[in-house]
Amino acid sequence: MHDRTIAELGAALERGECSSVELTRSTLDAIEQAAELNAFITLTPETALAEAAAADAARARGEAGPLTGVPIAHKDIFCTEGTRTSCASRMLDGFVPPYDAFVVSQLRAAGAVSVGKTNMDEFAMGSSNETSWYGAVRNPWDTGTVPGGSSGGSAAAVAARLVPGATGTDTGGSIRQPAALTGISGLKPTYGRISRYGMIAFASSLDQAGPMATTAEDLAIMLQAMAGFDRRDSTCVDQPVPDYRAALGDGNLRGLRVGLPREYFEADGVDSEVARAVEAAVEALREGGAEIREISLPNTGLAVPVYYVIAPAEASSNLSRFDGVRYGHRCDDPADLEDLYKRSRGEGFGEEVKRRIMVGTYALSAGYYDAYYLKAQQVRRMIRDDFARAFEEVDVIAGPTAPSTAFALGAKSDDPVQMYLSDIFTIAVNLAGLPALSVPAGFGGGRPVGLQLIGNHFDEACLLGAAHGYQQLTDWHTRRPSLEG
Amino acid sequence: MSIDADEVAQIAHLARLAVNAEVSQAHAQNLSEILAFVERLGAVDTTGVEPLAHPLEMTQRLRPDEVCEDNQRERFQAIAPLTEDGHYLVPRVIE
Repeated sequence: MHDRTIAELGAALERGECSSVELTRSTLDAIEQAAELNAFITLTPETALAEAAAADAARARGEAGPLTGVPIAHKDIFCTEGTRTSCASRMLDGFVPPYDAFVVSQLRAAGAVSVGKTNMDEFAMGSSNETSWYGAVRNPWDTGTVPGGSSGGSAAAVAARLVPGATGTDTGGSIRQPAALTGISGLKPTYGRISRYGMIAFASSLDQAGPMATTAEDLAIMLQAMAGFDRRDSTCVDQPVPDYRAALGDGNLRGLRVGLPREYFEADGVDSEVARAVEAAVEALREGGAEIREISLPNTGLAVPVYYVIAPAEASSNLSRFDGVRYGHRCDDPADLEDLYKRSRGEGFGEEVKRRIMVGTYALSAGYYDAYYLKAQQVRRMIRDDFARAFEEVDVIAGPTAPSTAFALGAKSDDPVQMYLSDIFTIAVNLAGLPALSVPAGFGGGRPVGLQLIGNHFDEACLLGAAHGYQQLTDWHTRRPSLEG
Repeated sequence: MSIDADEVAQIAHLARLAVNAEVSQAHAQNLSEILAFVERLGAVDTTGVEPLAHPLEMTQRLRPDEVCEDNQRERFQAIAPLTEDGHYLVPRVIE
């Protein structure tokens, strides 16, 4: 029962095939049986069952929506009142927030049942989910490989059909890359589309929350609940929220103009099996009536270097709040205030987080600011302008989400630059503030491949419609891993 | 740009981070590789290009200067490592 889509579960609950309490119990059992994936940091069975009972009562009163009673999970970066929110860091191992994130309140108000908090890379810094203080997450397609990151726990949980949907965050690809590596659908909305209130900050000019699920239709249902204006996030944009599910249409792709950036298909290091699967996906779009055009995004190769100046610079500033004084880890017996800061942070943060704080500190330090940070901001504009020109000619841009399929645990842990290149196709989207999603588009060597579709600002409806149309023509999104045990 | 262990120590000090001596050499190597990787930006001609700080180029939204939050000191201090009489405690700063 628990392994169906959100749309199917909503309909089944409405028909009375089962109650939300029964569904939630079966979900919690499935999560327990899949413990080897290490997809969750914290489970909340008591509050989940209470929310499920409330959802059943709401349905009995005739007050049910599409998410009422449907179990979901939250990435452990979203603050949950009364439930530990660790950001997968020792720094916040004991942190129990006194308030809920906007996304958490919105989904609860829509009737969704939160079963727990998913594992992730520490402070969302990673592309493999190996930097978590709570250990690596395993890819349900092959437990010797990574699920991608940083929203790796959410991706693994949805891919293994433990929950039909989960929340994620995406600063440089952290929703789309794990979605691709685990064979699910994941959407990074436009910068500012969803309030970040209560979402622990990594890089503030890039961070955005979004939904992860198995189908584009389910992404639309979740986005509907998550989007909206919130004055408590000063970067949240006050834009009307369209009816995303209605905008899915009948899946007709006729007239959709799809751009193929030649740089995405000529890039070094793209696996031939990924390229083959994505080319087949583009062919499916063409057969479905889409018009395919070649375009150019000439500054594609500069996106990763720009990101690895801007994101660490912003992170070094955001993470200065962890000082061992107000909340979070505090070292024992500090000799003086400086010792308190240094050892609390040194003990609380893992090595990748320290690395990025130091890169950011260096890039922002006196004498280096112009050469690194200012230069990166200038190239950022060039990258954004490339997209603006492309969207004069096309409605969506298609390409691979990640250059390879899931790689072995440990394969890139000692080489940060190689790890950073896992996000070569996703990072430019964050720099430009655009919405983009990844949908399953086949397999290479038995491991999932993702098709990335990039849309214009606030055009999530078009993106979801294109993805929905693709999923009417293909059945990759229905494939699921077989879990042993 | 190559970073050595002494420079790692200086950067770590600026960031108020204790970094163990046994990993500072690895950090030096990683930081050097990352900086070498991002230095390709230096070759890009950006003459006349305005820096982009916000992807949608929006400016900070202002709100009326009104009280919209209650004082919740007890609630917030309940999660602090060390407090006393409503104060956060740190090692003595002024002798």
